[in-house]
Amino acid sequence: MNVFAWLNDALLKMTWLNELVGWLVERVFGLPLEGRAGASVQFFIYDTVKIFVLLSALIFVISYVQSFFPPERTRKILGGFSGIWANTLGALLGTITPFCSCSSIPLFIGFTSAGLPIGVTFSFLISSPLVDLASVILLASIFNWRIAIAYVVVGLALAVLGGSLISALKLERHVEPFVFGMHLADARLPEMTTKDRLAFAHKAVTDIVKRVWPYVLVGVGIGALIHGWIPGRFISAVLGSRNPFSVVLATFVGVPMYADIFGTLPIAEALVYKGVGIGTVLAFMMAVTALSLPSLIMLKKVVKTPLLATFFTIVVTGILIIGYTFNVFGGQLV
Amino acid sequence: MVIKVLGSGCANCQKLEALAKQAVAELGLDAEIVKVTDYADIMAYGIMSTPGLVVDEEVKTAGFVPTLDQVKAALQS
Repeated sequence: MNVFAWLNDALLKMTWLNELVGWLVERVFGLPLEGRAGASVQFFIYDTVKIFVLLSALIFVISYVQSFFPPERTRKILGGFSGIWANTLGALLGTITPFCSCSSIPLFIGFTSAGLPIGVTFSFLISSPLVDLASVILLASIFNWRIAIAYVVVGLALAVLGGSLISALKLERHVEPFVFGMHLADARLPEMTTKDRLAFAHKAVTDIVKRVWPYVLVGVGIGALIHGWIPGRFISAVLGSRNPFSVVLATFVGVPMYADIFGTLPIAEALVYKGVGIGTVLAFMMAVTALSLPSLIMLKKVVKTPLLATFFTIVVTGILIIGYTFNVFGGQLV
Repeated sequence: MVIKVLGSGCANCQKLEALAKQAVAELGLDAEIVKVTDYADIMAYGIMSTPGLVVDEEVKTAGFVPTLDQVKAALQS
């Protein structure tokens, strides 16, 4: 076994933890792992511990990196590009710029007043929640690197193409006029010290863990139930690749859900083991993360309904295309 | 001293305001805390990401809720 595979198994997949939990369930709790209760309990403990450990480590590292890319700097970098390059860079920077949807309005104004076409802003806004680096590494842990990389690639492609399409449709007239009337002052922001960055990363970990732990527990709980108790036949009838509506169903269930990506991963994991197509699972996760009611409400304050509807339609259509494509061609990824 | 908390009133802005009040109380400073919620005013300080902390018209932090120690340091510098 090569070093990378060993590190991957030990640190990312934590196979030893699964065995340790299995031993605990069998010897201490006296539940056979082949039984339903044993399998569910093993899944619940292993997944909960693994997700919280990985989540904390990942958020720390990623937040430290993100502290170098505040939106004000991203805006300056983007200002020097145009056309599809600006969309591509907008999508890439969306993944590493720390951004919460409560800053949508100043971000929109700031990008627009820097002369960026609205499509570039939308490339950023699509990729920012969708291609979250921590969730990508968790995908690699739960499934494998091929699926994680495929997720990043199609997520970025959706952001680049979606944004470019919005630019091509020339929808500027559907942006609220006040956006064009405001300007971002060109001020120098204080540079963070290493100590500031460490404090920022530490705070990000505690804030995110505090916010997401109920979602993770509920998600792992549902995953554990699916794992041990819900018959595979039932799940594949509703969500299996043979049901032509499975991707549509997964997407439209996912869109109104305001869950956290970290809570949906264990559900996705259990579903894939029960034979649900990888495209259906990716469509579900993308629908949950990319579109949420709170962020749409924030966006509604800067753009008018036709533009918001176009954005929504493009993202949903993109997710459906991704889901069906992966169900057809993604079989060898699992 | 005038301390300004920039932000539209989201949860993070309220946290920062509470931290600023606590820092002022613990340091025993004579300071006025002002909330700036208008986007045009926020962006006049050159920041796009809230919450922002401004002390005597100088931007100290932007885009995240600083720790109590960072707020104290910003007030004392």
